[in-house]
Amino acid sequence: MLGNWKKDVDDALAEAKAQNKPLLIDFSAAPA
Amino acid sequence: MPLEAHIKEHPAWFKRFDALWTPTILVMDAGGFERSRIEGYLPKNWFRGRLELGLARVAFMHKKWENAERVYADVAEDYADTTVAPEAIYWRGVSHYKATNDHTVLGDVAKELAQKYPGAEWTLKSVPWAQ
Repeated sequence: MLGNWKKDVDDALAEAKAQNKPLLIDFSAAPA
Repeated sequence: MPLEAHIKEHPAWFKRFDALWTPTILVMDAGGFERSRIEGYLPKNWFRGRLELGLARVAFMHKKWENAERVYADVAEDYADTTVAPEAIYWRGVSHYKATNDHTVLGDVAKELAQKYPGAEWTLKSVPWAQ
């Protein structure tokens, strides 16, 4: 459903802007 | 597109986006503006409904009224057994009104909410439309 998970917030924001797509940020403390 | 921010790996991102609790999910628009925030755990179906509500909000805030109305309508139908549904119906009506300037839709929405979701917060918010 969500596609590839991004690794860096600034890169993700830039990519979202370039592709004119929304960005979902999941803030987690779940054990790996 | 999704991005995971784990508190042990990226504590600065928590501070940057005012994430004070986990889980917190932000739906950002392409311009980097926060359009929806989900705090706390939800069952899978409820979470998906609230996430889609966030995407509808992105369209709404960009004044893409017809797109927003369509997504809100889908959420209202697909998640009818969750508390997301009355919120989606409310904003579906607002989106339609914004697109058409036809205020009669708001009265119809108020009736629909009173019938389907009596006592829901969004039903109460629609009460002035029924008068």
